[in-house]
Amino acid sequence: MAKISIKRLNLYYDNFHALKDISLDVESSEILAVIGPSNSGKSSLLRAMNRLYEIDLGRITGDIRLDNETIFKLPINVLRRRIGIIFATPVVLPGSIRKNISYGPRLHRKLSKSDVDELVERALKSANLWDEVKERLAESASFLSGGQQQRLCIARTLAMRPEVIMMDEPCSGLDPISTAKIEATMLELKEEYTFILVTNNTKQAARVSDRTAFFYLGELIEIGSTQRLFTSPVDRRTDDYIRGKFG
Amino acid sequence: MKDKIAEKLLLFVALSAIMSLALITFFIFQQGIPLIFKAGLGNFLSLKWAPTRGGFGILSMVIGSLMVTVGALAVGIPFGLAAAIFLAEFSSKTIQKTLKPIIELLAGIPSVVYGFIGIVILVPFIRVTFGGPGFSVLAASIILGIMILPTIVSISYDALLAVPNTYREGSYAVGATKWQTIVLLLLPAARSGIVAGIILGMGRAIGETMAVIMIAGNALKIPGSIFDSVRTLTSTIALELGYAAGDHRGALFACGSILFLIIIVLNIVAIRITSRK
Amino acid sequence: MTFRIGPRTSQIIAYVALLTMTAIMVIVLFFIIFYILRNGLGQLTLEFLTDKTREMGKEGGILPSIMGTLFITIVATVIATPLGVGSAVYLVEYTRGGPIRRIISFGADCLAGVPSIIFGLFGFIFFVISMNLGWSILSGGLTLAVMILPTIIRTSEEAIKSVPHTYREISYSLGGGKLDTILRVVLPTAMPGILTGVILGIGRAVGETAAVIFTAGSSLGLPTSIFSSTRTLAVHFYILAREGISMPKAYGTAAVLIIIILAINFIAYRLMHRFIARYY
Repeated sequence: MAKISIKRLNLYYDNFHALKDISLDVESSEILAVIGPSNSGKSSLLRAMNRLYEIDLGRITGDIRLDNETIFKLPINVLRRRIGIIFATPVVLPGSIRKNISYGPRLHRKLSKSDVDELVERALKSANLWDEVKERLAESASFLSGGQQQRLCIARTLAMRPEVIMMDEPCSGLDPISTAKIEATMLELKEEYTFILVTNNTKQAARVSDRTAFFYLGELIEIGSTQRLFTSPVDRRTDDYIRGKFG
Repeated sequence: MKDKIAEKLLLFVALSAIMSLALITFFIFQQGIPLIFKAGLGNFLSLKWAPTRGGFGILSMVIGSLMVTVGALAVGIPFGLAAAIFLAEFSSKTIQKTLKPIIELLAGIPSVVYGFIGIVILVPFIRVTFGGPGFSVLAASIILGIMILPTIVSISYDALLAVPNTYREGSYAVGATKWQTIVLLLLPAARSGIVAGIILGMGRAIGETMAVIMIAGNALKIPGSIFDSVRTLTSTIALELGYAAGDHRGALFACGSILFLIIIVLNIVAIRITSRK
Repeated sequence: MTFRIGPRTSQIIAYVALLTMTAIMVIVLFFIIFYILRNGLGQLTLEFLTDKTREMGKEGGILPSIMGTLFITIVATVIATPLGVGSAVYLVEYTRGGPIRRIISFGADCLAGVPSIIFGLFGFIFFVISMNLGWSILSGGLTLAVMILPTIIRTSEEAIKSVPHTYREISYSLGGGKLDTILRVVLPTAMPGILTGVILGIGRAVGETAAVIFTAGSSLGLPTSIFSSTRTLAVHFYILAREGISMPKAYGTAAVLIIIILAINFIAYRLMHRFIARYY
């Protein structure tokens, strides 16, 4: 059974039709890459899956199921704890590194100091950031470099122990070394988590993902194993895109 | 659930400002309007103010309020506009950053301190230089003019800053000097904001009480010149409320009602002007 | 032959005129502060600040007025701050335009323009007489709370608006509800700006005269409870100066007021700067 199953999903913002009749499945423990030019609906897909579109007053038809249960009946905080998201620009909250990481878990239960210590260490280790910041957990997170901030955001999401992690162009502002670190992190964690990676960078999709979906103007054009999609795409638009003819 | 309760509670809290305004309106009018009907409009708009003996004429006070307000604007508008233009168009970031808090400080000085400065410096100066009592329309106008400066400066300054830079560039491109650009282009473009600032300043001048009491002399007659003593609506209220009872108190609230009405009209005009954009 | 001023010359004349007028304004301000301090600082002995007022203010110190001012300001701040910050939170986080927003904004804007004598009249008839609170710290504090409410609403609103939208998004995406997000992310981030508003409100309350003289009275005894009548520093100063009771004591009281106002403005300015430095 698929981890996430999307059926005939449409998303509208006012008069803008952002997602058009999307149906796709995401399997457990896979990395699904979502590629496409800007305005193709990639980010909208992520915002639909954790119902973040609601704060922008979007409207939805169709269904999204998580472990065969519709997400629209789940309490919103439970849904967002189970499906985490990393944004393109790392946003650290004001306050220390420690506070950033414990923010999510603290919303849901009371934590002792030692609970927090343990959780912070585990999350930072998983995100490959522990060695760089272990001496200054109490310092403000805003002094970290861009790449470190993005890994802190990943750690912050991991601290909630989500089942699915969605990444919205997580490396778009980062240098190649930071990008490599984040890709390595994803590959290490993919046994435990399901990843959905939205990326502008087709090479990144080819490097890390198991399957790839190509979106264009709000439609799902093609989905399949990454190797197959990149070597013998079925649709001409997919072919044009991965050859860099537009986007 | 928790969120729903919080939203309702916050809505309730958020209505506090408008509820206060409604309460103020209700109580001021409820205390003041009946007396206007009881005394009759003829009596109320006459010159005879003897509230313990049935004379409720507020005309000389209304004229007094108007005179000091016009005087305050005559002082406040040129200086306020000059400072706003200087600050917005001729100053570096550093000067702006230094002058802004200074202007805010001017707004923070208590009105009794302005009145006191009037008593110890301005009034003697006017008495010596121009004769008369010194406590006068002129003294009140100058002090009120200074007091309304911060309002005029900060709102006009914001209005000037809001004019897009492309206007300035376009004007310089055709060879206009900075001053020509300001007069021909920027001031007209910022007009509505400047007018709003002046109207709010006017409201402050009409409503100011303590400083005016201290320096205007408070004689109950229409002043013959700017060196004469003058009494405003606000001074009458503050001078007499302490001991007034019965109809006398009602008459003071009637003064308050007129003042409040003027202020609300000025506020609404200013709010309309600024929110039209 | 007509004499005509060229654009260059008029530019220079205008610049000099504007500079002069601005300079006059600044000089007037510094003169007022300097004049009061020069004449008043000499009066500021420990005795003056800690002694009871005697013979209507001709002798003794200003302790009762310092306490009266302090208590009235505390009452006003404690009441106005939650109302003001709550209003600002509602305006920014719960309304998207619409009539409710317009009504609340209108209320705050209008209230900000109401002169203090009107607050005095209102406080007198509503708190002192109708609610039977008498001339008291409570009546004065409640009246001032209404008066400083718009200052706190407007400043808090600006501060809350300037909290980056992404902070809220992050909090939601980590499973936070709206209230969690407001309490744990938005308010702490906006705190310096909110405090600036509260401090400016305190400044207005401390310097106010017309609104407190008819609501708190002018009793010179040491206040014993919030139902005591009291005379604030500004009122005491007004009575000393207007009735010519004692010029030295008037200068001393004015100096205390000016020092408080300077301190308040300085703190507000520093806080605002820290806030701006962080987010712009």
